Amino acid sequence: MSEAAASAHADHGAHEPAGFWSHYVFSTDHKMIGRQFLFLGLFMLIIGGILAMLIRWQLAWPETEVPGLGWVPEPHMYEGIIPPSTYNMLFTMHATIMIFFVVMPIMVGGFGNFLIPIMIGAKDMAFPLLNMLSFWVGAVAGVLMIASFFVVGGAASGGWTSYTPLTGAAVYTGVNWGINLWVLSLFVLAFSSLMGSINYITTLINMRAPGMTYFRLPLSIWSLFITAVLLLLALPVLTAALGMLFFDRVFATNFFLPAGGMPLLWQHLFWFFGHPEVYILVLPAMGVTSDILSVFSRKPIFGYRAMAYSMIALAFLSWIVWGHHMFVSGMNPLLGTAFMLTTMVIAVPSAIKTFNWLGTLWGGSIRFTVPLLFAIGFVSNFVIGGLSGVFMASTPVDIFIHDTYFIVAHFHYVVAGIIFAMFAAIYFWFPKMFGRMTNHTWGVVHFIGTYVFFNLTFFPMHFLGVGGHMRRIYNPMQYEYLEQFGDMNVFITISAFCLAIAQIPFVVNFIWSLFAGEKASENPWEANTLEWTAPSPPPHGNFATTPQVYRGPYEYSSPEVEEDWLPQTRPLGAAAATGH
Amino acid sequence: MSQAATLHREPAESPLTPESWGKLGMWIFLCGDAMTFGTLIVTFGIMRIAADNWPVPAEVLGINLTAAMTFLLICSSVTMVKALSGIKRGNMQEFRKFMLLTILGGTAFLLLQAYEWNHLIHVGVTITENKYGSPVFGDTFYIMTGFHGMHVFGGVVYLAVILVGGLTGRIHQGNSSVVEIAGLYWHFVDLVWILIFTFVYLL
Repeated sequence: MSEAAASAHADHGAHEPAGFWSHYVFSTDHKMIGRQFLFLGLFMLIIGGILAMLIRWQLAWPETEVPGLGWVPEPHMYEGIIPPSTYNMLFTMHATIMIFFVVMPIMVGGFGNFLIPIMIGAKDMAFPLLNMLSFWVGAVAGVLMIASFFVVGGAASGGWTSYTPLTGAAVYTGVNWGINLWVLSLFVLAFSSLMGSINYITTLINMRAPGMTYFRLPLSIWSLFITAVLLLLALPVLTAALGMLFFDRVFATNFFLPAGGMPLLWQHLFWFFGHPEVYILVLPAMGVTSDILSVFSRKPIFGYRAMAYSMIALAFLSWIVWGHHMFVSGMNPLLGTAFMLTTMVIAVPSAIKTFNWLGTLWGGSIRFTVPLLFAIGFVSNFVIGGLSGVFMASTPVDIFIHDTYFIVAHFHYVVAGIIFAMFAAIYFWFPKMFGRMTNHTWGVVHFIGTYVFFNLTFFPMHFLGVGGHMRRIYNPMQYEYLEQFGDMNVFITISAFCLAIAQIPFVVNFIWSLFAGEKASENPWEANTLEWTAPSPPPHGNFATTPQVYRGPYEYSSPEVEEDWLPQTRPLGAAAATGH
Repeated sequence: MSQAATLHREPAESPLTPESWGKLGMWIFLCGDAMTFGTLIVTFGIMRIAADNWPVPAEVLGINLTAAMTFLLICSSVTMVKALSGIKRGNMQEFRKFMLLTILGGTAFLLLQAYEWNHLIHVGVTITENKYGSPVFGDTFYIMTGFHGMHVFGGVVYLAVILVGGLTGRIHQGNSSVVEIAGLYWHFVDLVWILIFTFVYLL
């Protein structure tokens, strides 16, 4: 955009576009696009959650009728009983939807769009039209993924990792168009991500307000910046691999098939993308957690620069650890050792972050708001998930627990644990996004229910895993040595159902607050960052005048002012004297 | 407020490309695109090292034709530079002339590639089988040259749109950065071809 075009856009920003379609549907306003991504993600969360409940039913009461599902036609279900092929579909689609259509749209698409321009003091993204396209292309990907449930043969059933040769040809899974659509959907989603990351990075480098240096950026923004770089560089690897997989399936090429090709290469390519993907998911969660902990501890974040550098370190390390997913896939032990060492190094930046979070809380005048509770929930689950990660990084231990429920426990503590940061962010920015406050009491009820049942669901899975309970097993009761785990599976399933029920207060609170919540003031949390200087909700264009930034975002309980917060835009000393 | 900014001299390190957001956007896109090509080229390399019946490229592929294609694409990069220098100096005639030559270069490249593919399919190198050895030879060949060809095709359309913009007066000396950005893309496509030519045809 040239200077002339930029100023033309600034004039345009003064008034909101009229009309339902241009305001709510084909909006180029980053805040509306962020909300669209949020709603897309929340809708998909319901679908992914239902799939999880079905998985749990089968594991607790194998091959019994699922209540209320007798109407599902054969061969997907037999009078309500889940057959093995459908079970494979359930866990494949559960993971795919949760990773690509819940966590990514909400944390990266939703909060990335909503927060990046407003927290750096910009009016909008660098390329608003590209931003709108990014959402709608992503929505098409979502439609393709949902459509795959309704094609002949059902949806994808090769696992979310789609290992070849299992997925390389339709004959191996018996699913043809289900997996084809799965590949196409992710392929299309990659374009959405590419457009998003180009926008995020350009905006962050070019459009920061005067005074907003890199080391005055809030950590949410740092995390989204690094995430965007990872997205930009990691997603194309998946795109290329998906393209080759699609050719294998549809045009009978041999990239990943044993006849001349290399099945193992898919795993290398997938995890070369897949491990950075893990950080694409978790970094924004770490960023918003850092911001929320600091706001409600009324203290500066402990070790701001260490937090930023440790995220950069995590992003760098994520490129050289992919082999730890493949310790049992057939690997030179020397190479396995190298991957083991690089993986263990990840514990260092992770521990820096964890201790800095604790250091932020330490001695603070903590305000126990709902976002703070969820942020603490994220930290505590991240500690458990991080520690179990160290077990798996160690090759000898991993060979024993690979593809067991220990792994399932681990990645749910890390990836499903992100949902705590997601809820923290929703409760925290809800006043800014929608102009109303959420109900505190129901928020606390939601937190307690989620936290308790999350742990009751996922913690016992460690024991199952160490006991040899396989990861993607249809009916564990086939094995005598797993019969002892029958009761524990029932316990986990009931906890999982309670975890789902615990989301009802959230849904009610969300919808009720949307329409009838108490009107939010400009800065209800008394926070420092720039979005809290704009009206709630901010108009098109965010700020009346471009903000001037004087300091970092974490000046809480500063001795320089009477209040216990000091906004980034408030001039003090020499600046105040000359400006006013 | 703005007065305070100038007097107090708060640090400002943004923007990096004040002349045009799109320029930075294009560089970022090219980084991502380079990863896609990188994945395909690495896949090719691994497949080739692992295969025991990989054909000698020179015996299957026509090096002379593709050398000419490579030369053509490099020339089209030169004309792209000339077109940009023309519009930057406000010489629209020179811009139009060299832009047209660039588009013609890209189109000729695509036609020659279509001829080459057609020839190879006739002699028995397809995406499913290969008379001369490993079937993955054809797979990797077509996916790399095909993906690159799509980029050339996209580039030709992109440059044509810019040329039309120049003819109708929407693109002029004042916003020549649009041409510069298209040039970045075109040079990238050229550079990738030189890598593919080296790895697939020459080595």
